Amino acid sequence: MAKRDLRFYWKLFSSTFTLSAFTFGGGYVIIPLMRKKFVQQYHWLEEDEMLDLTAIAQSSPGPIAVNAAIIIGYRLAGMLGALVAIVGTVLPPLIILSVISLFYQAFRANQVVANVLRGMQAGVAAVIVDVTVTMGWGVAKEKNILSILMMAAAFVATYVFNVNVAFIVLACGLIGFLCFRQKKSGEVSK
Amino acid sequence: MIYLQLLWSFFQIGLFSFGGGYASMRLIQNQVVTLHHWLDMTQFADIITISQMTPGPVAINSATFVGTHIAGFWGSIVATVGCVIPSCIIVIALAKIYTKYRQLDAMQAVLKGLRPAVVALIASAGLSILILSLWQGGAVSWSPASIDWICAALFAAALFILRKWKPNPIWVMVGCGILGACIFPFVG
Repeated sequence: MAKRDLRFYWKLFSSTFTLSAFTFGGGYVIIPLMRKKFVQQYHWLEEDEMLDLTAIAQSSPGPIAVNAAIIIGYRLAGMLGALVAIVGTVLPPLIILSVISLFYQAFRANQVVANVLRGMQAGVAAVIVDVTVTMGWGVAKEKNILSILMMAAAFVATYVFNVNVAFIVLACGLIGFLCFRQKKSGEVSK
Repeated sequence: MIYLQLLWSFFQIGLFSFGGGYASMRLIQNQVVTLHHWLDMTQFADIITISQMTPGPVAINSATFVGTHIAGFWGSIVATVGCVIPSCIIVIALAKIYTKYRQLDAMQAVLKGLRPAVVALIASAGLSILILSLWQGGAVSWSPASIDWICAALFAAALFILRKWKPNPIWVMVGCGILGACIFPFVG
């Protein structure tokens, strides 16, 4: 384990900062990069410990990159480590988006930018529809009636009735807790 | 007062967004557009678009943007802190449970229940942005004149390319942006 002096905190901060600043494509991309840095380069963590930490980061609510930073920082150096890692991870998007929001009005009023954004919106819609189809197909393939019904009901609730998303998440989490835990033996026989 | 509202809204976004950035979009839309009217749908879609092009989680990006937009520098800090607090508490609690029991059985069951919800949330956010794109924020109707056919064509082409060749989504969006910049000046 690394010595927790100022140098260690600086290394933790600068590595989370650079990882966050140069990782495009969200939480699923940053985790393998963190593994490379903290396991293979710095040897701060063991390989299988990193796998466990990843599982926790992905199981928790909130941005996966932030979760991963918290748990790695916490594991290495307790609360202070978690804090340093969070600040390192959050600063790059905070700085970039602050600059963008300052110039947003002028930026949006520019005709070229407006055209680019208009085209990109169609692209973003396609990306999200693509993700939906892939993930929806994944759920449908399990052939679990309850899951499919929940998917349909959750969609109607949020899209048609504008139900607060928090309630939908709570309800589905509760149903999962109640129904999917006991079903384990049934699943094996399928 | 606005700081408290921002903190509470983004606290909820942090607390209930499971399943990564795409799923959190609906939650952000719910809080920021539907409940508080801090952004309109076009601004929200802009944030999603910008978030896809910049590093960092969508939730943090929108916290910064909405915070700055509503209450300046401190607004962005407060919203970001609100967004991160639930993660801190839950991740550390789970880490403690995990090191003690080495099993997250109940958590796995909860996550299995959340997966269909996550798909539904992503689908709704996608549909909102698709409708915004095809009707450019105007009323939704089936009359051909009201539809932005260029956006529809870009959408269809992008979806086809994504399904068929599975490229990095960033390039698909950049391509749509460049095509938009080239085509829209000539057709309005």
